[in-house]
Amino acid sequence: MSIERALESLMGPLPDGVSEGIALGTGLAEGYDLYESPVGEVVVTFNPEGVSSVDLADEAFAERFAGRFGRRLLRAEPPRAWGRHIPEAIDAGTPGQLPVDLRSVTPFRASVLRTTATIPKGEVRAYSWVAAEVQRPRAVRAVGSAVATNPVPLIIPCHRVVRSDGSVGKYSLGGPHNKRLLLEEEGADPDWLDGLASRGIRVMGNRTTGIACHPTCRHARRSKPENLVDFPSLEAAGEAGYRPCSHCRPR
Amino acid sequence: MRGVQPDATPRGSTSWMDEMGKALATDLDGSFPHLVEQVGRRIYWGLRRLCGDHQEAEDLTQETFIRAYRALSGYETERIESMTVEPWLWTIALNLGRNHLRDRSRRPLLVKLEESAWEDPDPTDGAAWDRRLSHLNGHQKTAVVLRHVLGLGIGEIAEATGRPEGTVKADVHRGLNKLRELIEEES
Repeated sequence: MSIERALESLMGPLPDGVSEGIALGTGLAEGYDLYESPVGEVVVTFNPEGVSSVDLADEAFAERFAGRFGRRLLRAEPPRAWGRHIPEAIDAGTPGQLPVDLRSVTPFRASVLRTTATIPKGEVRAYSWVAAEVQRPRAVRAVGSAVATNPVPLIIPCHRVVRSDGSVGKYSLGGPHNKRLLLEEEGADPDWLDGLASRGIRVMGNRTTGIACHPTCRHARRSKPENLVDFPSLEAAGEAGYRPCSHCRPR
Repeated sequence: MRGVQPDATPRGSTSWMDEMGKALATDLDGSFPHLVEQVGRRIYWGLRRLCGDHQEAEDLTQETFIRAYRALSGYETERIESMTVEPWLWTIALNLGRNHLRDRSRRPLLVKLEESAWEDPDPTDGAAWDRRLSHLNGHQKTAVVLRHVLGLGIGEIAEATGRPEGTVKADVHRGLNKLRELIEEES
C-alpha cells in the first residue's frame, strides 16, 4: 500500500463528547449540575459567562428550562475558574465571587436583581425599597415581576424581598412555605414579620442613638428591646426626631 | 471521493462548504452545530495526527470551534459568506496547537457518564503513523497531514498555514520522502 493510501485511512469517527463540549463552551448548550440547598436538591445551570438559572430538581425541571430558555441542557461540571463558588453562593444567599449570567432578563430586571443581591442575610426589604434603590420609586409592580421571575433564586436572594406592608408574601421557588423556611434559616422569623405588618409597624427607632431602621436591620436587632420605638413609617420616625440608618436606608 | 485524487474537488471547497458560509452568515446559532458535525471530525483527526494524543486533540478541537464561534459572532455577514471555512478553522487550530493552549478552566466540562467504557476510535495503525510523523519537522508534518490525511488542496493549506503554495508543495514532498525512508528503515 502506498504511503498516500495509508495516510488516507487515518481518520476515525469524531469521539463522543467533543461536539457536546463545543456546545457547552460556546454557550449554545447550558451545563447543569445538582446541589443541596435548604429547600432540597436544586439544579443549577451555567455557561462560560456564569450561572444562568437555579430551579428545584424535580421531574419537570427540564421542561421548565426548555420553556423559559429554549436551549439544550447537558450534565456538566461547572468551569473550574468559579465552580467552587456555586455551593458557597447557595449557602450565603448571595453571589459573592460567583459570576451570574442575567442576559435572559431585561436591563431593568437585571438592575433590580443586582440590588436584591445586596440585601444582607437575615434581613428583608420591601418591593418599594428595591424600587427606590433602582431610582424607579413608582415602578413597584415592575419590581415585583422582576423579583418573581428571578432566574437565579437562592443565589440572588429574592426570598429577602417582602411585600410593601412588610408581610412575607409569595415565592416562586416551590411556593411561599419555602420563603418562610429560608427566612427562618437565616434568623428572620417570618411569623414575627407578618405580626409587625399586621400591626402596621414598618420602622423602629433606637432611643439612645436616635437612628431609625428597618425592623430586620442588624443595628435594630442589636438594640435592647426596651430602647426600640415602633413607627408606621419613616416620616413618622422623622417627625419624632429620628434620622434614617445609613446601613439599611429605610424608605 | 478523496480530495487527493487529481479529478476530485478538494473537500474544503465543495458546495456544502459554500452553503455553510451562507448559513453561518444568516443564522449562526442554528447552523453552527452543523458546522461542528461536518468539520469537527476532520479537525479532531487532523489535530490527533499532528499532536499524537487524544486528550490534547479533543481539547484543541473544542477550543478551535469555541474561538471560531466567538469570532463569527463579531464578523460582518459579507465576511462570513466569503470565507473559506475549513482553511480558516485550520488557521485557528494550528495557532492554538503552537501555543499549547490550556484554557479549560473558563468553560463547563461535559460529565462523561461512561468514562470507563471509553474506547479510542483510532484506526489500527494510527499510533504507528503518529510515531513516524513525529520525526518530520513541524511544517512538513502539518503539510502532509492536511494534504494526505484530510485531502485539503495545496491552495487551502497555503491559506491555512500562511505559507506560499510552492513552499507547501515542497513541504508535502519532503515529508512524504522522509516517511518513505522511515518505512524502509523499519523493514
